[in-house]
Amino acid sequence: MAETKPIARPLSPHLQIYRWSWTMAMSIAHRVTGTALYAGTVLIAAWLVAAASGPGAYETAQAIAGSFLGRLVLFGYSFALLHHMVGGLRHFVWDMGHGYEPETRTNMAKYSVFVSAGLTILLWVVAYAMR
Amino acid sequence: MSSNSSMRTPLGRVRGLGSAKSGTGHFWLQRVTAVANVFLTIVFLGVVISLFGKPYVAAVATLSHPLVAILMLLFTLSGAVHMRLGMQVVIEDYVHHEGLKILAVMANTFFAIAIGAACVFAILKLSFGG
Repeated sequence: MAETKPIARPLSPHLQIYRWSWTMAMSIAHRVTGTALYAGTVLIAAWLVAAASGPGAYETAQAIAGSFLGRLVLFGYSFALLHHMVGGLRHFVWDMGHGYEPETRTNMAKYSVFVSAGLTILLWVVAYAMR
Repeated sequence: MSSNSSMRTPLGRVRGLGSAKSGTGHFWLQRVTAVANVFLTIVFLGVVISLFGKPYVAAVATLSHPLVAILMLLFTLSGAVHMRLGMQVVIEDYVHHEGLKILAVMANTFFAIAIGAACVFAILKLSFGG
C-alpha cells in the first residue's frame, strides 16, 4: 500500500516577503487603527457612563483620564481616529474610480500621514483654545 | 463592466446578491456610515478633548446641551454600525474555522450593540436624568 504523506507545499507569500511600500503600510495602518479604535470605544463608553452615574464616578474617571497617561491615550486615540478618517477619504477617491496611478496612490498614502498628524495637532489646539 | 460580458445568470442579476448572500448591503452601509463619520468624528473629538479635565458640572452642562447630545448620539449610532461592519471583515479574513468565525461575528455584534447602548443611555441620562 502506498503511503500518502502530506506534501509540504509552498504557501502563498505573506507580509514578510514583500518590500515595504507606502500603500501597503497605510493599508495595514488603516486596519490597525480601526481595530484599536474598536477597543478604545470601551474607554469612551466608560467615561460617558461615569459622567452619567454622578459626581463620584466622574471624579474617579477624570482622575484616570486627566493624568498624563490618560491624555497620552486620548492623543493617540484622536490621531488613530483622524488617520483612519483620512484613510477613509482615500477610499472614497478610489470608490469614485480615481487615484489608481502608481504615483498618485503612493502620494496619497504618504500625505495621509502628514495630513492626519496636522489635523490632530490642529484639533487639539482649537479644542484647548475653546476651553 | 458592460452587461453583455457578464458571467452572471439573469436570475442572479435580478436577485443582485452574489456570493456573500447579502448583496452590496455591507459595502454600502460601510460607506454611508463612513461619510457620516467624517463630520461626526470631528465634532466628537472636539467635544471630548475640550471636556478633558473639566469639573463635573461643566462637563454635564456641555454634554446635556441638545446640539451636543444629538451629535454625540448620531456619532454613537453611526460609529457602532461602522465598527461592527469593519470588525466583521477583519474576523472573516483571519478566523478560518467556520464555527469560531460564526461565534466571533456574533460576539462582534453583541459588542457593538452593548457599546452603543451604554453610550446612548449615558447621553440620554445626562440630558434628561437631572
